Amino acid sequence: MSDAIITVENLGKKYSLRHQRNERYTALRDVIAEKALGFFKNLKSGNGVSVSKEDFWALKDVSFEVQRGEVVGIIGRNGAGKSTLLKILSRITEPTTGKVRIKGRVASLLEVGTGFHPELTGRENIFLNGAILGMTKAEIKSKFDEIVAFAETEKFLDTPVKRYSSGMYVRLAFAVAAHLEPEILIVDEVLAVGDAEFQKKCLGKMEQVSRGGRTVLFVSHNMAAIEALCSSGLMLAEGKLVTRADAKAAVETYLRQLSRRGPLPLDTRRDREGSGMLRFISVELAADNQVRVPVFQCGATAILSLRFKSTAERELRNVRIAIGIDNESEQRILLLDTALLGQDFRTLPSRDGTIQVVIPKLSLLPGRYHFTIFATVGGVIADWIKNAAFFDVEGGDFFGTGQLPPQGQGVFTTPHSFHVESKATAKETKEPASVS
Amino acid sequence: MSPEIVIEAGHTERNYWRDLFRYRELFYFLAWRDVLVRYKQTVIGVLWAVLRPFLTMVVFVFIFGRIAKLPSDGVPYPVMVFAAMLPWQLFATSLSEGSNSLITNSNLISKIYFPRLIIPASSVIVSFVDFAISAALLALLMLWYHVWPGLHLLALPIFTIFVLVASTGAGLWLAALNVEYRDFRYVVPFVAQLGLYVSPVGFSSAIIPEKWRLIYSLNPMVGVIDGFRWSISGGRASIFLPGIWIGLAVTVLLLLSGIWYFRRMERTFADVI
Repeated sequence: MSDAIITVENLGKKYSLRHQRNERYTALRDVIAEKALGFFKNLKSGNGVSVSKEDFWALKDVSFEVQRGEVVGIIGRNGAGKSTLLKILSRITEPTTGKVRIKGRVASLLEVGTGFHPELTGRENIFLNGAILGMTKAEIKSKFDEIVAFAETEKFLDTPVKRYSSGMYVRLAFAVAAHLEPEILIVDEVLAVGDAEFQKKCLGKMEQVSRGGRTVLFVSHNMAAIEALCSSGLMLAEGKLVTRADAKAAVETYLRQLSRRGPLPLDTRRDREGSGMLRFISVELAADNQVRVPVFQCGATAILSLRFKSTAERELRNVRIAIGIDNESEQRILLLDTALLGQDFRTLPSRDGTIQVVIPKLSLLPGRYHFTIFATVGGVIADWIKNAAFFDVEGGDFFGTGQLPPQGQGVFTTPHSFHVESKATAKETKEPASVS
Repeated sequence: MSPEIVIEAGHTERNYWRDLFRYRELFYFLAWRDVLVRYKQTVIGVLWAVLRPFLTMVVFVFIFGRIAKLPSDGVPYPVMVFAAMLPWQLFATSLSEGSNSLITNSNLISKIYFPRLIIPASSVIVSFVDFAISAALLALLMLWYHVWPGLHLLALPIFTIFVLVASTGAGLWLAALNVEYRDFRYVVPFVAQLGLYVSPVGFSSAIIPEKWRLIYSLNPMVGVIDGFRWSISGGRASIFLPGIWIGLAVTVLLLLSGIWYFRRMERTFADVI
């Protein structure tokens, strides 16, 4: 109580969601058009325009304290409000309600390599990124050699970073951030980058920072890292504080909640198109034994269970279902389609039912994937929800070798084998290594 | 120990100006980055900085000087036009750089805290480099036409600051509006284009009838351009003092209101950008 370095009281953050809007930003012409339209409507009917606005509390009534030197792991499902909390604490955005008191210099690391410019060299970017993270020029200069050594990029210091491999880029970016020395360090999921070797190094650095008596707030989905690094934990769910306990207890609560995760509702989604003959009402993830799972595993069976409802009186005929899967950079990487399989449903029972999309051996590499659900009935679009939901894929033993596919090495893996061909044995192994 | 920071809805941070000072190095770094990126790899970048005002000058000299036969107010027409191109170009480019600056740096705004004023302010510096390059060209032109400025040249930095303040003020307004209403980006090029003809760039402001002179001077660039011509011609070009005062008042008003509006909108930048 006496030495609280961060005090958070009744913190809340409200966002207004606007429906029927596909644009990411407001245009003045729309505002004017809306106002004008509203004016005419007012003249006609005498009541105001109903712009469909919905308030959404990303955080609500969150109160807690953090003591000096404490290392707090912040956990919770996606959309639980973790990032919003970090953004408020690092003063990027303002809370709607409540108050935060912070005694000390804060540095936040919400993304690796913020402000890196591709045209600039590694050396130039170290200075730029350091300044952006709040270091002074003198500070950067004194740590320059250390940063370069940590990143292992000595040879490429005067090469523009656009020529860097993604691994090198991340290493350099993390190296700069790792040499920050604030009193309070706020870290979002940034350790999930780079190769395993480098991740280990980053964790070591984090440990060193926390042992140095500095206060750290750390968001991660990596429960092992939370348990190893943090002295206490804080769990959020749907914008509310659920648990404030020691790290181990918080992680346990989180895992218990995760396994209870119910189906993800889709019936409240309004950003959908289609006749509504068939509507998806929820989606959930399952593994091969039909057990609900929070995440998929690379190399294991992945099942998407889509519950649907129909408004039709009779059974539905000629139903095509398609799932488009996008990676994090919004690139369509996969299409699962009954039409491609020649498996459009002749009939589907009316009222409701469940469609299972079964992927026998998931070849997506670890990461987050968003998917779009699409259905036609008799050739007419019935339901189309772009970006309906997402699922996470965790590293799994795809090849049964005990080796996990490394991150940053593509999107997919696929069964393959290598063969050697020399003149002596050419007859025996004619087969080339299958790559596709 | 650092002072306590309080984060609260609508809380006007008392530390804002101190923070601004504390983040001055970021200001230098961002300006340095923009200059570096702009002139890296592109010899064209430098050439362009010279070519654009020069060609505009040639066209203006031809249309206003030769065809319309407007008076040149005691200075060779090319020098007179180019002396106006200089501040005008500084104003127009820093206005457009400034108004787009928040959008181009949106990744910083959504990930890092710092006083947002730094971004539009540092973007103005890039246009200053272009300005310095074309200033060298003006010097050559003056040598060619034997125009000798004398001590009046000492006033030039003051007028340059005048331009920077005016463009920063207008830039702050447009930058903040641009975040909120993304179609404002279409307004800026239009303003820059129109302003080139409305301001006395291609002609001397002496041809404006006396009774309109004060109203005409509401455009701060009128006073600035007069001032530039006056100081590089050694006082031979006429100067209209009341006009300069009006322009200065408008400029200060623009800057103060710009800061006020920017500060008001700044809090929600990260949410809407």
